Amino acid sequence: MSTTRPEIHCELLVIGTGMAGMAATLFAARRGIDTVQVGMTGEINFASGLLDLLGVHPVAAGQTWTNPWEGIRQLIADQPLHPYARIGIDAIQAAMAEFIDFLNDAGLPYRYEPRKNARVITPVGTLKTTYARPATMAAVDRALAENPPGLLVDFPGLKGFSARQIRAALEAQWPGLRVVRLPFPGLEGELQPERMGRRLEVPAARQQLADTIRAHLGDARIVGLPAVLGIARTPQVWADIQKAVGVPVFEIPTMLPSITGLRLRECFEQHFPQMGVKSHYQKKILAMPRRLDQSFIASVGGKSHELSVRAKAVVLASGRFFGQGLHADRHAIRETIFNLPVYQPADRSRWHRKALFHKDGHPIHHAGLAVDNRMRPADTTGRFVYPNLFAAGSILAHQDWIRQKCGCGLAIASAYAAVRAGRDWLRSGRSTQP
Amino acid sequence: METQVLIIGGGVTGTGLARDLALRGIECILVEKQDINAGASGANHGLLHSGARYIASDPAAAAECHRENRLLKQLAPHCIEDTGGLFAAVAGDDETYIADFPALCQASGIPCKALTPAEAREMEPCLSDRLIAAYAVDDAAIDPFKLSLDHMAQALRHGGRLIRFSQVVDFRIKAGRIVAVMLRNNLTGRISEVHADVVVNAAGAWAGQVADLAGIPIRMRYSKGSLLVTHHRMGRRVINRLRKASNGDILVPGGTVSILGTTSERCESPDIIYPEIQEVDHIIDEGAAMIPDLATTRYIRAYCGVRPLVSSGEDGDDRSVSRGFSLIDHADQDPGLENFITITGGKLTTFRLMAEKTADRVCRRLGICRPCRTHSDPLPQTMDARWTEPGLTPSLWVRKNDPDDMLVCECEMVSQSIVDQIVESIRHQNGEPSLNAIGLRSRIGKGPCQGTFCSQRLAAYLYDRGELTGDAGLRDLRTFLEKRWRGQQPLLWDISLAQAELLEAMHSGLFGLETVDATPQEP
Repeated sequence: MSTTRPEIHCELLVIGTGMAGMAATLFAARRGIDTVQVGMTGEINFASGLLDLLGVHPVAAGQTWTNPWEGIRQLIADQPLHPYARIGIDAIQAAMAEFIDFLNDAGLPYRYEPRKNARVITPVGTLKTTYARPATMAAVDRALAENPPGLLVDFPGLKGFSARQIRAALEAQWPGLRVVRLPFPGLEGELQPERMGRRLEVPAARQQLADTIRAHLGDARIVGLPAVLGIARTPQVWADIQKAVGVPVFEIPTMLPSITGLRLRECFEQHFPQMGVKSHYQKKILAMPRRLDQSFIASVGGKSHELSVRAKAVVLASGRFFGQGLHADRHAIRETIFNLPVYQPADRSRWHRKALFHKDGHPIHHAGLAVDNRMRPADTTGRFVYPNLFAAGSILAHQDWIRQKCGCGLAIASAYAAVRAGRDWLRSGRSTQP
Repeated sequence: METQVLIIGGGVTGTGLARDLALRGIECILVEKQDINAGASGANHGLLHSGARYIASDPAAAAECHRENRLLKQLAPHCIEDTGGLFAAVAGDDETYIADFPALCQASGIPCKALTPAEAREMEPCLSDRLIAAYAVDDAAIDPFKLSLDHMAQALRHGGRLIRFSQVVDFRIKAGRIVAVMLRNNLTGRISEVHADVVVNAAGAWAGQVADLAGIPIRMRYSKGSLLVTHHRMGRRVINRLRKASNGDILVPGGTVSILGTTSERCESPDIIYPEIQEVDHIIDEGAAMIPDLATTRYIRAYCGVRPLVSSGEDGDDRSVSRGFSLIDHADQDPGLENFITITGGKLTTFRLMAEKTADRVCRRLGICRPCRTHSDPLPQTMDARWTEPGLTPSLWVRKNDPDDMLVCECEMVSQSIVDQIVESIRHQNGEPSLNAIGLRSRIGKGPCQGTFCSQRLAAYLYDRGELTGDAGLRDLRTFLEKRWRGQQPLLWDISLAQAELLEAMHSGLFGLETVDATPQEP
């Protein structure tokens, strides 16, 4: 096939720009692997920005875990096919630590206690169990224990975020909260978290907001705000506002897409080029032929073929149905890029239960790519499909990240394991030079 | 509470009867265990039949449909989109039925006009190129929510009373008469008592259960019909398959969407019913034979209702059972009750006639003579029901263009001021503005986001207004999404499946609504 389109060569192609794709790219780049990343950046905007590790197991019993590692040990014992069992607890620990260290160094600080889950307040006023959360949300655990007089702030025009709603739902856990609705400096009408975040990166705007809050502070010793404290300069915005208000300030996530996902995206997009990663965002894989030397040639483009990427190995982190890594018609589920075997229920009548919040969760979430111990998609006999294709993230089978509250842990740890296996393969000499 | 007439059931028949009695100057209370149109009245095609559907199976019902169709188009035009209808046959359909069709229409007095396949496809380009015969008839689309809400509104203005979320739990009977009806408020559990001169059982599919409480046996059959809502409107007219009534053979437009149905499946109880996945697939496959795009279009909702059929004893296809209505005066029965009347069966198109005949019977029992006015007085339009119409709110919002009137539902463009009006009308009827009550009266939750965003936006807005307090909003949110899910669950493939994943990621993954105690687990 003759083509004048540019062709670039790399060791590892990461397909996907969600949490797993970002994590795989990060781990690969830090290990000196020559990496290209391709994907549509959309899904990570819908990340909550909370790094869940394991909140619930077993799902049917709704059992929550204070120590996520104890929960993971139990999960591995109960569900040997769960990706966590494939990855192993040591690798999960190493992956989380490395990932969070990177975020802290990159100016997006996260806080966690190594052996303890944390809680954050959600926009409907429930408490969510997570592991590492943005530093701006870390004051919640202590506040829930001590119940200091607090003030919850919301803004007219920020739809789906009502301080009154949150206060009402939190009444039992944190009584005596006050609420106030304040104008947002410099913006009117309908408010988007992204615009609010960028606005507060202007020092005068955050000073004005802090002054307004201070005027309503009363006896409050802590202030809760929707997550709008900057995007790329959150630590500065947060510190300035706390200083000017005079008491600790914490963030509450907004509805999705939330600014906390956007911060992660901007952080990666800013740091990857410096790390030597060649990223092609807003691009899809249009075709993926394979050469005799086992390398993959990806046709990459927005709508039509714009460039080719020749890779010795691939990490597939293309997500589930929302991320378009999987697609379902009325009859079956398929994997969209390689047409890999997909583990799935027998037919559509078994995909979802009749109750949305059924205690057992929905069987379709366990569908996906079954992998071998080296994170390679495998067929029904357990044999890998390609020796140099690895999978990571929510596309993996035998898990339910939504109900188990393990989405980011799964993404990060499986990316770590996939990159580790990919590096082993690249270094083994079995891959010939493209 | 005291009244002349107690009506049990707030569907089209019950609300139609409330208006009919109110216009005759008769005092009534309507009690409904859920909300207006919670049963089959809210779960049908929204089709105002020309009658042609029934020419072979039930010519008398066909003629009734034709008369009522004409009357309603004159008297309640704001509830009707006079689309016209087609009957269309494709290659392989029963040619005898096709050949007999015009004569049978004529015999029942139903106008029909023969079209060539080319003419029909010009009128409705979505029709299959395998079309072999087509006729134009006087079908139309009717909004059953608007219809019932407007009927109820006029009854209320004439002094009628409405008690929602209250269920009849017992009758006190003395000497062959109902002397008191015991009601339980399903929200508060409070029991109250109504004393009425006449009690009318208009409980639709639940009429058998209600009669049973009074010790009167009525043998009911329950025939479930499932329907699908398309993402966009597929045709200008009602399109029927020209064959003996069967599955998946009617497509009815409703504003910006179309509704495809239906099925007929016997079920044991009217209470827990779901549109099943095999029904959905069957409807789509059948519909696609007539309109090929139905195989690939996006569907946004499935729902089902139960046709209340009064069993005559013998078995057979439920569609062949008369779709005429059953008016039973229990005074004439043994054992009987002298002030108890049941009206059930029938169909949406003939609801007014059912109400008229029932009201005549009520008058006789009351010993008074007042003529019916619903066949001559136009139905007034009220605000209560305006917002159920697909496509209406976007046009109003765009026209108004007030930047402070923010959209609560961005898919269907329902703004805060519209929510305010709906809340006001619910309060006016002594109701609680829950998410579900507002959902019933608007397009909120019915668009492509499947309720993902608008549900929480609405909850937050209601908290801000002080309409929701405590943790009621969490239960309400869960119940609302659970209710929407019932209609989404059989349709989750392609984009809808991706949307459902996002819905779960937010409402379960982030909010953890599965841990909120709201309703008992369903199967």
